[in-house]
Amino acid sequence: MNSATVAPRTRARRGHRPDPSGPTMAGRVRKQLTSRAASLVALLIGIMWTLPTLGLLVSSFRPSLKIRTSGWWTAFNPDDMEFTTRNYTDVLFGETGDLSQYFLNSLVITVPSVLFPIFFGAIAAYALSWMKWRGRDWVFIGIFALQVVPLQMCLIPLLEMFSSFGLEGTDRFVTVWLAHTMFALPLCIFLLHNFMSELPGELFEAARVDGADHSRIFRSIALPLIIPALASFGIFQFLWVWNDLLVGMVFAGGTPDTGPLTAALAELAGTRGTQWQRLTAGAFVSLVVPMAVFLSLQRYFIRGLLAGGLKG
Amino acid sequence: MDDWQSKVTMLGVGVAAFFGVVGLLLLLADRAPKTGREKFQLLFFMGPASLLLLVGLVYPSLKTLMYSFQNSDGSQWVGLRNYKWMFTQDDILIVLRNTGIWILVTPLAATAIGLLYAILIDRKRGEVVAKTLLFMPMAISFVGAGIIWKFVYEYRSPNKDQIGLLPQIMKWLGFDIKGGAMLMNAPLNTFLLIVVMVWIWAGFAMVVLSAAIKAIPTDIIEAARLDGVSSWQMFWRITLPSVRPSVIVVYMTITIGVLKVFDIVRTMTQGFHETSVVAYEMYFQAFQGNEYGHGAALAVALFVLVLPIVGFQVHQMRRQRQEAR
Repeated sequence: MNSATVAPRTRARRGHRPDPSGPTMAGRVRKQLTSRAASLVALLIGIMWTLPTLGLLVSSFRPSLKIRTSGWWTAFNPDDMEFTTRNYTDVLFGETGDLSQYFLNSLVITVPSVLFPIFFGAIAAYALSWMKWRGRDWVFIGIFALQVVPLQMCLIPLLEMFSSFGLEGTDRFVTVWLAHTMFALPLCIFLLHNFMSELPGELFEAARVDGADHSRIFRSIALPLIIPALASFGIFQFLWVWNDLLVGMVFAGGTPDTGPLTAALAELAGTRGTQWQRLTAGAFVSLVVPMAVFLSLQRYFIRGLLAGGLKG
Repeated sequence: MDDWQSKVTMLGVGVAAFFGVVGLLLLLADRAPKTGREKFQLLFFMGPASLLLLVGLVYPSLKTLMYSFQNSDGSQWVGLRNYKWMFTQDDILIVLRNTGIWILVTPLAATAIGLLYAILIDRKRGEVVAKTLLFMPMAISFVGAGIIWKFVYEYRSPNKDQIGLLPQIMKWLGFDIKGGAMLMNAPLNTFLLIVVMVWIWAGFAMVVLSAAIKAIPTDIIEAARLDGVSSWQMFWRITLPSVRPSVIVVYMTITIGVLKVFDIVRTMTQGFHETSVVAYEMYFQAFQGNEYGHGAALAVALFVLVLPIVGFQVHQMRRQRQEAR
């Protein structure tokens, strides 16, 4: 299914095309009109996709009374312009807010949850691509199918299993790491297998002739060559875990000792008489990290997206 | 500040454990006995992932299936009672109806907008920036997106200044906004939540479809142009047929994502005002109502809905592998 989505990126873009509008005046006018309309529609979509975020960003810098009583689009009215960073200091370090605890929790949850599946996935993908064993194809198809099993199917029994470990306080991070690793593996193995099996077979044969065994070949040949793929998956997994709510809420809860930032925000959004001054700033605190990762590593992300299947 | 310390310690423990596991596994594979070496190495390479998948996905799924035939605390077999409950309870029927609306509307709208945008900006000036705009919501969490849109929908009584963009726009356009808070009006509110999902997924559709459009051989397009084909005909006769496989993949990926939508409902309405969907109701029943039997039955329903897609995917992949041989 993937070859269909992968576009050859090498195709050169054409700089100059013959004017397609044809020779007649009417044809040219019509052409221009449709291209105007097309640009307008694209512009409208572009606005709809940015304005809501912009509105929240502007609001997060307004005093709380202003947020509650007037629209953010009036914020730049010169008579009555007032901006502040108070919402951010309140929400991060204030007595009632203290999202900084949750921010740290999200970080503690995310880093190991990204590292573990990458390694387990890489060695499994190697075994599935370059080691010969019976039933290999069936195991691969099984893992592929597991990608789409809704994780809702696993939550109740896993929670029972994890509670029987009797972990408390910050030790509960271990169960969140485990859960995220388990849920990530099908996609991870599938994605890395796609890259790994495309590596030139001669490399591996030559190494085998020289007497290298699998663990040696994996370390010195396969691993260095799939680093871009590891990066792609790493970004995926990072965004997925950082933005996740369900797994975090079930296994880490929503309390300041282990709960992720998303759980705190969802809680805040759900309370009656929404406190927009905290919610707007809080939302942006949680957006900053994935946005930065995304914008700086967009190329890897898109590459992974085009090669990847379905997220489970 | 004790908290900070114990958390940072945990992070250190996690990272150290990672390097420990990596070192240990590679060392074991290196030191594997000479006889049957390949088998040992296979064990060390495939073992951890297989174990995690069996313990974390396969076994729990089977157990959930079992729970769906038991009562709330798993002490008694109740046959199909949980499923009967699902199809007779009024609130749950609404949940099923909502899930149906989500599945019908979201993938279609997101794919259509993604495709339209991809065609409109293809080879235009500023294409990269234009793409980033639409793609950006992919980096935003569903919770964040929920908050962003909740703010857009925020309603104030008509005699006050509106702070939500949508009520204000409706006011500017002269609509009557006395109707009250938008997120409380069923079934309109379900569509307002769907907008958020479309907003998130359209960028994904656009990126994949844009790559597929760029892969259409230019000589075909040139030939059609020389024949004087209009843009409309170009779309139906050349663009759409060429990108059809990608459209299918995008459509199915979004469908699976939609089936599992949880965060948006949680953030925006907590499932009140008739907005709940199967994935949210499952969480609600199992973890807030302690009705494990009901939760399990809803999870199984979700799985059954995904099943045709799994079947199709596996079929596609096996065919491709056969062709590759």
